[in-house]
Amino acid sequence: MSTSNVLFEIGLEEMPARFIAPTETQLLQKTKDWLVKNRLGYQELNIYATPRRLAVQIIALANKQPDIEDEAKGPAKNIALDESGNWTKAAQGFVKGQGVTVEDIYFKPIKGIDYVHVKKFIKGTSADQILPTFKDVLLSLSFPKNMRWSNRSLKYIRPIKWLVGMNDQSVINFEIEGVRSGKTSYGHRFLAGKFEITNPLDYQKDLEAQYVIASSERRKAEIIDQINRLANQHQWIVDKNEALLEEVTQLVEYPTVFFGKYSEDYLIVPEEALITSMKEHQRYFPVRGENGNLLPYFIGVRNGNDQYLDTVAKGNEKVLNARLADALFFYKEDQKQSIEANNQKLTRMVFQEQLGTIADKVNRVTKIATAIAKQLAFSEKDLAYTERAATICKFDLVTNMVNEFTNLQGIMGEKYARLAGEEEFVAKAINEHYMPRHAKDILPETSIGAVISIADKLDTIIGCISVGLIPTGSQDPYALRRQAMGVIQILQSKNWKLDIESIIRIVIEVYEQSPVDMDDQSVIEAQLMEFIEARMIYLAKEKQISQDMIKAVTHKGIGVIANAFEKAMLLEKKRVDPSFKPTQEALVRVINLAKKAKGTTIDQSLFENQSEHDLFSAFQRTKTDYQVKMLDRVYSEALTLLAVLTPAINAFFEETMVMVENEALKANRLGLLNAIAELVYQFADFSLVEWKQQF
Amino acid sequence: MHVQEMILTLQKHWSDQGCILMQAYDTEKGAGTMSPMTLLRSLGPEPWNVAYVEPSRRPADGRYGDNPNRLYQHHQFQVIMKPSPDHIQELYLASLEKLGINPLKHDIRFVEDNWENPTLGAAGLGWEVWLDGMEITQFTYFQQIGGLEASPVAVEITYGIERLASYIQDKENVFELTWTEGVTVHDIFYQPEYEHSKYTFEESDTNLLFNLFNQFEQEAKQVMEKGLVFPAYDYVLKCSHTFNLLDAKGVISVTERTGYITRVRNLARAIAKLYVEEREKLGFPMLKKEVRSHEHE
Repeated sequence: MSTSNVLFEIGLEEMPARFIAPTETQLLQKTKDWLVKNRLGYQELNIYATPRRLAVQIIALANKQPDIEDEAKGPAKNIALDESGNWTKAAQGFVKGQGVTVEDIYFKPIKGIDYVHVKKFIKGTSADQILPTFKDVLLSLSFPKNMRWSNRSLKYIRPIKWLVGMNDQSVINFEIEGVRSGKTSYGHRFLAGKFEITNPLDYQKDLEAQYVIASSERRKAEIIDQINRLANQHQWIVDKNEALLEEVTQLVEYPTVFFGKYSEDYLIVPEEALITSMKEHQRYFPVRGENGNLLPYFIGVRNGNDQYLDTVAKGNEKVLNARLADALFFYKEDQKQSIEANNQKLTRMVFQEQLGTIADKVNRVTKIATAIAKQLAFSEKDLAYTERAATICKFDLVTNMVNEFTNLQGIMGEKYARLAGEEEFVAKAINEHYMPRHAKDILPETSIGAVISIADKLDTIIGCISVGLIPTGSQDPYALRRQAMGVIQILQSKNWKLDIESIIRIVIEVYEQSPVDMDDQSVIEAQLMEFIEARMIYLAKEKQISQDMIKAVTHKGIGVIANAFEKAMLLEKKRVDPSFKPTQEALVRVINLAKKAKGTTIDQSLFENQSEHDLFSAFQRTKTDYQVKMLDRVYSEALTLLAVLTPAINAFFEETMVMVENEALKANRLGLLNAIAELVYQFADFSLVEWKQQF
Repeated sequence: MHVQEMILTLQKHWSDQGCILMQAYDTEKGAGTMSPMTLLRSLGPEPWNVAYVEPSRRPADGRYGDNPNRLYQHHQFQVIMKPSPDHIQELYLASLEKLGINPLKHDIRFVEDNWENPTLGAAGLGWEVWLDGMEITQFTYFQQIGGLEASPVAVEITYGIERLASYIQDKENVFELTWTEGVTVHDIFYQPEYEHSKYTFEESDTNLLFNLFNQFEQEAKQVMEKGLVFPAYDYVLKCSHTFNLLDAKGVISVTERTGYITRVRNLARAIAKLYVEEREKLGFPMLKKEVRSHEHE
């Protein structure tokens, strides 16, 4: 079969860099789907993209669709032929509809009845006829942000400038929003101009002559290569951050890497700020020496060749120096203000209308953090550090640096606190109290930082919930979900023997002493526990723990979060462990009957058979050891102790009727079962678990 | 090239493209966009091509005249073309060449920047134009103004005059720029820069400003009810500037900010709607004019 080579190119005003890679993937998939749908074979499909163009190159595209032979079924024989054996109207109508004649009819039996059939031949359509419909593929691309322009109605990523459609040497004609397709493309905006594409096969080569590297991959490789050469030459270490690399690749059509220098004076500014300026604001790669220290150089990527590269580098230096001069100015200005003066300004900064100012928040956080620290039996010294760090944990919010670089909140606080002579633990806790800043972020290392982080987050969560700001669906403006997860992660990692209920009580008490109007406390507590449990369930999923297991271990309250997770993890293994089946079944049976009990009073004189005595003594023997193990959080051993009860429980059920008519006997037996159930409940409500042991 | 010559060059260039040359609007504002010549006139179906210099006040950027790059008040050269011409990027690049910026000697790039002004319920898509890493121009296709869909779409080009001049004159410090022969930015603007910064950060009467904000808001509403678009809009501009003064002084918190911005936005939305209604009552006169001029041809 004869083939041809095809090229489509859509020229656009500069597309947003971050959308280009996803658009390439989309264009590839949609082109493949289009080719399959149109039954057009091809050898190779290439996608190209630069800020100003998207292109599809189809190599060895079949010139036409394959012909198809098909069979169509018509009316039954007795309907197709009249009594005299002539073709009826029905038969004639059918063949006409199929584009054949009665001559073509043959009969074929279906379930014993003959039906009219014809062979249909569908001639494949030529590629020439199909190719103009590729326009639909271009129009079907979807972008995260679309725009309109001029008086056009189309919404697209950016205004369309030109269209190329070529089937070998001939133009594929189509039109979008007044732009007609042709052979004319445009090269680099400044280094080249309009040019005619000679052959779809030569697209890359032709464009390169026009100072455009059409392939994203090749541009990226080129940038990496040039950076490496510079780095080797100067013995620099350059972090070729993938996101930044991707962005600069999609900001240029013809990359040339250059380096510039900034004043060494700026190196006293914390490097986080320098790096933010370079990476986020200017899209430069920061440069480090072999010892890891930041050097006063940067690497940039120009859209063009190496002509006048010095001018470009000099211009970029000027911009960066101005930015860093600003940063240095802020850094020095900030240090002239005392922490106390900054804290004072927080009294004018509203945190949330009903929850007061940031100063009010800091005040509450300090009380909460100190109360938690006392519960955790912090030393006097640590207690003092906690109080101090909490008191000044937000002071940097009014500094110039944080105002300018919002992502540096806490980081600047730590540095300024250290410069102001605060204790190391205090300085560190200021930064740590924001952790974890996102789902995968690190957690506070120090206990002081952890306590303040928990206090700050719970203050926000409980405050917001109490004034009715509960997240719904995708609406979570105060990021309460993320903060609740932060609290859970910290409590889990610190492994403190402090239950969440006590911590929440502390927070609520602090709120009660504040001027904030709270709704009914018990309602808030219920909403809060539900909210936290939902976050635990969410986090548990990542550890392959199912929802029913979390429900089972928190049925009597969440308690110590780390314990709940540990028990859940252990039971999750037992869920499918056949050797645990007898124990599980025995305990579930106990629990289910115990639900009918009114108490746990046991009167041994009412025991009637040996199995009751045996179970009671087994319970007595186990109880103390079990409780010690539970307190020591040695859960696997505690579980083994429960398992010891299994034979006694089974013997009891075999020999003893619980639900007897004699009320006293019944109550006594239920009391015994309930006493055992209470033990089990300390671990989990086994009846809430969907056990899956198999033999 | 002196600042003054730059302005003359840009005026000539855009005048040649059919833009009406306007003067700066006489009410304080944070950006050229807020002039009614942009914000209101970009609305509705009437064609509109205009260029003007706009002194723009950003109280939070005041630095007592100490900072080489930041100003309480800088100048913008503003161009609006509605509907946006197909070759607008080329027209813009040609203006840079007229300012003596040879694109082959520099790195000029269009970097995505989706402009949004929540206080005005306005949003657009476009770029910031980088000249060797320096943002010299905002280039925006308006999509929404005052909460209304922009159709046809106006394109807005905003040159930062001082930024561009610092490049063209190769000066590190904005105050060293020459406005015209023998006159520097320092000569003209140092004192007002210092005084406005001192006023903004130290001397302004916060209570007075809060009251003024409320009063301006009331007046805007009152005038709007009478169907007077332009006077009402002036009071919105005053609200916006008063808010900026309060914000710069740091007396409005992040959460409160949202509340104030919402109040200004509600006014801007109402006025945008009113403007289109009033123009419609007048039968969109600029639209007719265009049709008529075509008829003459």
